Amino acid sequence: MIQYIIRRILYAIPILIGVNLITFALFFVVNTPDNMARIHLGMKHVTPEAVAKWKHERGYDKPLLWNGAAQGEKKATDTIFFEKSVGMFAFDFGRSDEGRDIAYDIRTRMWPSLAIALPVFVIGLAVNVTFAMLMAFFRATYVDLAGVVLCVAMMSISGLFYIIGGQYLVSKLLHLTPISGFDGGFNALKFIVLPVVIGVVAGIGTGARWYRTIFLEETSRDYVRTARAKGLSELSVLFGHVLKNAMIPILTGAVVVIPLLFMGSLISESFFGIPGLGSYTIDAINAQDFAIVRAMVFLGSVLYIVGLILTDISYTLVDPRIRLE
Amino acid sequence: MLLFLLLAGVAFYAWRVRRREHLLQPWRRLMRSRSGMASAVVLLAFVAVGVLDSLHFRLPLERQANNAETHYSPEVLSVFDLLAGPLRKQLEKTYSAPFAVHLFTKETIELPGGKQTRDFPRLKYGGAHLRDPVADRAADIAVTAATGALYALVLCAVMTALLVLWLARRRGVSPGAAWMLIRHGHDEIPWRTLLATIGLLILFVCLAALLSAKYHLLGTDKVGQDVFYLALKSIRTGLMIGTLTTLVMLPFALLLGIMAGYFRGWVDDVIQYTYTTLSSIPGVLLIAAAVLILQVYMDSNQEMFDTVAARADIRLLFLCIILGVTSWTGLCRLLRGEALKLREMEFIQAATAFGVGHFRIIARHILPNVMHIVLISIVLDFSGLVLAEAVLSYVGVGVDPSMQSWGNMINGARLEMAREPMVWWSLLAAFVFMFVLVLSANLFSDRVRDAFDPRVR
Repeated sequence: MIQYIIRRILYAIPILIGVNLITFALFFVVNTPDNMARIHLGMKHVTPEAVAKWKHERGYDKPLLWNGAAQGEKKATDTIFFEKSVGMFAFDFGRSDEGRDIAYDIRTRMWPSLAIALPVFVIGLAVNVTFAMLMAFFRATYVDLAGVVLCVAMMSISGLFYIIGGQYLVSKLLHLTPISGFDGGFNALKFIVLPVVIGVVAGIGTGARWYRTIFLEETSRDYVRTARAKGLSELSVLFGHVLKNAMIPILTGAVVVIPLLFMGSLISESFFGIPGLGSYTIDAINAQDFAIVRAMVFLGSVLYIVGLILTDISYTLVDPRIRLE
Repeated sequence: MLLFLLLAGVAFYAWRVRRREHLLQPWRRLMRSRSGMASAVVLLAFVAVGVLDSLHFRLPLERQANNAETHYSPEVLSVFDLLAGPLRKQLEKTYSAPFAVHLFTKETIELPGGKQTRDFPRLKYGGAHLRDPVADRAADIAVTAATGALYALVLCAVMTALLVLWLARRRGVSPGAAWMLIRHGHDEIPWRTLLATIGLLILFVCLAALLSAKYHLLGTDKVGQDVFYLALKSIRTGLMIGTLTTLVMLPFALLLGIMAGYFRGWVDDVIQYTYTTLSSIPGVLLIAAAVLILQVYMDSNQEMFDTVAARADIRLLFLCIILGVTSWTGLCRLLRGEALKLREMEFIQAATAFGVGHFRIIARHILPNVMHIVLISIVLDFSGLVLAEAVLSYVGVGVDPSMQSWGNMINGARLEMAREPMVWWSLLAAFVFMFVLVLSANLFSDRVRDAFDPRVR
């Protein structure tokens, strides 16, 4: 088991190097540091000295991938790619192009993101499972049909409309919660409620429909027939047998997103003005701050890989038949 | 150009399918399902608008006496623009509500006597034929709508009659019997649903055509363009993103997926490594980064992209490519698994034993056997791509802001929401059009999956 995890972590390293290469190629080969300097210093009236100074301050004045002028192993290490990537593996993200400490920003902005994403995940899971069970209980009736139709309809609405509609209805018409903003401590609660509710509602369509198929697949198994033959009521079959078994694919499917919860949601955070990592990324995209986008891409892929490993581990935890070798 | 290739491809596929019974069967199953047919009709309507909008040409200018050569106007038009002529040209000054006859904002008007007042001015085109707009408007709308409904009714009746006659010939029964078949839904194809859907569509088209000639059906936007026209134009953008992305993604996914599954060994390792790496990068971030880079590149090489339209086209193409790059991994993984399974089957092993080459085995034996997976996942992904366009445009990395798209409409509507009273119509238009397209795509993909997935049979 531990051996397996170590091997998976070792496998992750080439993948992360690949991720770094891709982002590096996107940012530095297509768009040379000279261009970047000019954009940040303003397009006009830039002296070559100012460009050189800007590049030197950020360490962009080295060769890109291969330093032919250096000695020995320095040939590979004294380059932009090496310097910018090695720091990433130690989670040292360096400074943004504006000069702010990215690691500090990420640490402070992580919590608002988590405050939204975690409740959305937990409540959403509970609500989706409840709806799916309801539909599975009334399967092949009009309740089930109506539920499926509703789910497909809800799936077809763009997430943006849930946010816009919810903001308009709850905040502007009913004045129940503030439209946007954030606050520390317990005051944050009133800002969190609306994004969480909207996040849950927006996910019902896809989630409940997906879980319904899982439940229906379980109800056609042999052990369900046996349970019914014993004379158990439909309800106790559903809760006692089907729910437990259906939770295996549901939970293991959900585990992969848990680490990504830290990243927050790009769209809803910027709509609600929450100072989380999602809005951080969007701001960086709009300000063309490549250092931040690079750090976020790297962080995202690390968390995704962690999620994959966690998924494998969770399989062994819920299903004792599976052994990781 | 690309479009015609695509249409030719679809036609070729249809011709092939018609000749082979085993390929025809899933389509038959699809034809028999009610929601499948209804959503297919709606989708076809959307595609028709998109195709009409893609047929571009340039109108010749007036021929000059001293010059024998014809000059073409710089404006590129499409067949759809021609059909919707008045909608395109009737520009108001700024916002106006749906069916309004006055502008949305007050302006200083000069009265005939030389005095000035501040009031809502009359629209130049919306309801311009009315003498007393306040009193006559409701009646006029009702009359126009009734006329439209009447046209629609006549058209529907004609269509039903034609269908009855055709069905009677096809099934070899009397027209009366054919009518009973349709009415009671005894035929295998759900004609009733089909007729109802087409009838609704015709009704909508008739109403829209008559009403929008006189009014701005969904109001006008900030610069006075008709929102209904913009929403219709956006259909092409949405469909383009869906199809172009699929075209970009398909060769990657097919080739690499099958190769990984078929050859195993180091080929498999390399391909698996590639797609794990790509899929571990958060999709939105990769797209955002790539589009940003393109933006910077275009800014620094402005001489290469001379017109606004060329820039918008390049950006759309690039967006599709990068969407394709991020989305081929899912299909690739599925195909790899399927190819792994297939290569152990007896018929492939028999082919290998006969000395058939790898390329022939893949082309003749594996490819036809994974086509159902490809088809299902294409249709499933389509609705997601349409929705993704809206989100990306919101983040600012979607299609060019000068292009008509639902994402841009929503993005613009964000500021309009804050106005008091609110400007809600462009948001509503984008919502309704997107909802109908995505809903029918979702329903259709469900049916396609039911019809093509061998596990469901």
